[in-house]
Amino acid sequence: MKEIKIKTRDLSLYYGAKMALNSISLDIPEREVTAFIGPSGCGKSTFLRTLNRMNDLIPSVRITGEVLVDSLNIYDKQIDVVNLRKKVGMVFQKSNPFAKSIFENVAYGPRINGINNKSKLEEIVETSLKNAFIWDEVKDRLHDSAMGLSGGQQQRVCIARTMAVEPEIILMDEPASALDPISTAKIEELIFELKKNYTIVIVTHNMQQAARVSDLTAFFYLGELIEFGKTKKIFTTPDKKHTEEYITGRFG
Amino acid sequence: MEQPTVNNKFVFSRESLKKKFRLSEFLSEKIITGVAFLSITIIVLIFFFVFKESLPIFQSGKKEVTKVESAQKQEQYGGDETAATGDSSQALDSSEQVTRTNSSGQEQYGVTTTDTMMIENQVQGVDTITRGSDEATAKSLMGTQWLPVSDNPRYGLIPLFIGTLKITLIAILFAAPIAILAAMFSASFASSWMRELIKPAIELLAGFPSVVIGFFALMIMASFFQDIFGYDGRLNAFVGGVAMALAAIPIIFTITEDALTAVPRTYTEASLALGATRWQTALFVVLPAATPGIFAAILLGIGRVFGETMIALMATGNAAMMGMNPFESVRTLAATIGAEMAEVVFGDTHYSVLFLIGSLLFVFTFTLNAIAEFYVKGILVKRFQGK
Amino acid sequence: MSKAKSLTGGFFIGVTAFSAFLIIAVIAILLIVIIIGGKETFSWEFLTSFPEDGMMKGGIFPAIYGTALMVLIMSVAAVPFGTITAIYLTEYASEKSILAQTIRFAVRTLATVPSIIFGLFGLGFFIKYIGTGMDDVFLGGELKWGQPNILWASLTMALLTLPVVIVSVEEAIRTVPRELREASLALGATKWETIKRIVIPGSRSGIMTGTILAVSRGAGEVAPILFTGAAYYLATLPTSLSDQFMNLGYHIYIMATQSANVDKTLPIQFATTMVLLLLTFMLNLTAVIIRSRLRRKAK
Repeated sequence: MKEIKIKTRDLSLYYGAKMALNSISLDIPEREVTAFIGPSGCGKSTFLRTLNRMNDLIPSVRITGEVLVDSLNIYDKQIDVVNLRKKVGMVFQKSNPFAKSIFENVAYGPRINGINNKSKLEEIVETSLKNAFIWDEVKDRLHDSAMGLSGGQQQRVCIARTMAVEPEIILMDEPASALDPISTAKIEELIFELKKNYTIVIVTHNMQQAARVSDLTAFFYLGELIEFGKTKKIFTTPDKKHTEEYITGRFG
Repeated sequence: MEQPTVNNKFVFSRESLKKKFRLSEFLSEKIITGVAFLSITIIVLIFFFVFKESLPIFQSGKKEVTKVESAQKQEQYGGDETAATGDSSQALDSSEQVTRTNSSGQEQYGVTTTDTMMIENQVQGVDTITRGSDEATAKSLMGTQWLPVSDNPRYGLIPLFIGTLKITLIAILFAAPIAILAAMFSASFASSWMRELIKPAIELLAGFPSVVIGFFALMIMASFFQDIFGYDGRLNAFVGGVAMALAAIPIIFTITEDALTAVPRTYTEASLALGATRWQTALFVVLPAATPGIFAAILLGIGRVFGETMIALMATGNAAMMGMNPFESVRTLAATIGAEMAEVVFGDTHYSVLFLIGSLLFVFTFTLNAIAEFYVKGILVKRFQGK
Repeated sequence: MSKAKSLTGGFFIGVTAFSAFLIIAVIAILLIVIIIGGKETFSWEFLTSFPEDGMMKGGIFPAIYGTALMVLIMSVAAVPFGTITAIYLTEYASEKSILAQTIRFAVRTLATVPSIIFGLFGLGFFIKYIGTGMDDVFLGGELKWGQPNILWASLTMALLTLPVVIVSVEEAIRTVPRELREASLALGATKWETIKRIVIPGSRSGIMTGTILAVSRGAGEVAPILFTGAAYYLATLPTSLSDQFMNLGYHIYIMATQSANVDKTLPIQFATTMVLLLLTFMLNLTAVIIRSRLRRKAK
């Protein structure tokens, strides 16, 4: 029986006066892949970003409710956001490597954490790149700029970069939407491996991807959580009619 | 306390996520904000200080002020109508070639406009002149004589204003048409190799220090125009104005060109589709559409010329005359400051008047820029939103 | 189209073309005249020796040195200040904040103020207020700082060039994409760490451009230093901040308007002008190259 890693209780989010998330309550188990699906603008990315408090960067945002990670409310005033983000990593929709070498990209996180020893960094970089299934492709050009890689390679370097910080949870915001099918397949393979050690939450607009990759699926619509359950069930015998309509492509 | 681990990592706990005080974060934010505050303070200080130093003129009943006159008179910069100033053919008095040591021990000789002006402690032969109350001074501001260095000093600003206006007028009369036409050429008619030549050339011109333009005017243009027009005074409003035009052209050109290229392509295409030629489109469609921007360009060109000091000092003759003749010497507001600031006594009337001139210059350029920015932007926005 | 119309059209285009090439011609004439006038005198010796014989012979090394030193002090003052202010405006201040809008407005205004006004401020504030104050407090009234010198002149110039630095650096910082900042923060970096490791290195070329443009402006402007520290002839190079200094632009001005024997000094005047033009030209060119590379990167 897997422990619940992330639990949200009546989480609502407002942009100024406008409500974007309406009272979401969700239990995300550890070391499984949970997918968020729903049409554009339904709030799934917004909700994802509440899990590592990236919404804090937007001045007009207001949050009510709780987000508990391992029973700790991360919106508590006593919580250090910077440290939180070391434990909850994020991979973005469009890969965003720094304008540095591949090595320095992956070493960025450890350096911030005070690790400056050259051999230790090399070890971490190698491990992370291996875990991201990209070591073989870049091992001979670690000190070349990361900008010279293809989209799919960049995204895997970004994943390696996130893993180098040793988070427990990895949030992925449509990680493969900008990639070709082969790179997408590689990323999905990677996610399958990653869930052995990390709790993964992935937002995707590609239903087939959600069906392939995830253990649990949550369906969002207009800022509300419509249905949440085992992926198999959601995609074959969903409870809510709305879910069924979305799954079968009645609207998108 | 032993905590349950996953992969050798501690699970989330209140301990590991407690709010941490980071010194470098705190310091960097405070310092950066502080520095920004400091720069805004200094900028505001500049404005206020210049105004403040001109206020004493308007306070009546000021006590008499002693003025220390330097042993080396600067007749070239007085308001004397007969002085043909700035003329390189005039020799200095031999008395001005004295070698002196200033208070930091550096040897220097030559002209005292370069020297420290507060030479109270060092001048040999001090003349003291007592001034009357400043009521007379405030009144004389509206007068027509600028004679700050005399027994009965008069601070009439009118000749300075007229001089500045003359120069500005001449400069803009030359600069605006040429720059606007050239911008039209670059925006609408020039082939790309021509544009590659024109734009860098304009940038080159923009980069010329004004002292170089002044030098060129003084040495070359002055004689050239004198040969052509055959007037007496080598340095005058015309020479100065044409030289100033050189300084104004890059500004007017650049902004006009931006305005012309900002006109939406749809205008051009619609006009051509109706059968107009390229030149008709440029003249009757694009140009009118860019009028606010061109207006702003001219305003900014005026602002540039109004406050230009070095060219005025070198090429205008520096005599405060008020006639309409473009071929006579003039003295501009900015040049007056530049010429006389070196020899005023701190705090006395002359000093305050020069600061007053500075304040006027500042207010004028500020207003020009404000108009150019707000009014013009407003019209442009309205126009392209289909008002 | 009727012949008259096409004639008018041709004439009009011709007039615009004429204007454009007139400008180019004048620039060319100016350059040619100065080069002709100065090329005889322009030499390595000229650049490295001191003036002799009342400016009729010798070189202008002290003017070059003085200009360089002044510009250096000016940059030390203006570049960090301007850069930090730009960082504040882009990273710390919210767009709507009153302070940010005030700063931007003040910077824009400052950029258009006539340069002589800075000289006024330098004289009245730096020299007479701060300088004399320093003399009273530290030297018991002895006159040392309350008079024109290279320190006050450089600080005055720094104020003049501050807007240039701020605008250039701001432009450069904005080319660093938001996504990079987000990525850094998502990895658990603090705001300052992000600025230090990602934003500032990413805006290096902008900082360089701003500095070079400021230096170019500072090297060429004369009005602000007319009465805040420049001198025409000094026997020795400035060795302390309280010394006066010689300056290329100022030298040209005085020589052209007040030298005793114009014919003899004329070649030197031309050559000095050549030096100044060359200097500002090279600086501007460098800045333009860096800036266009920066703009290409942003696309």
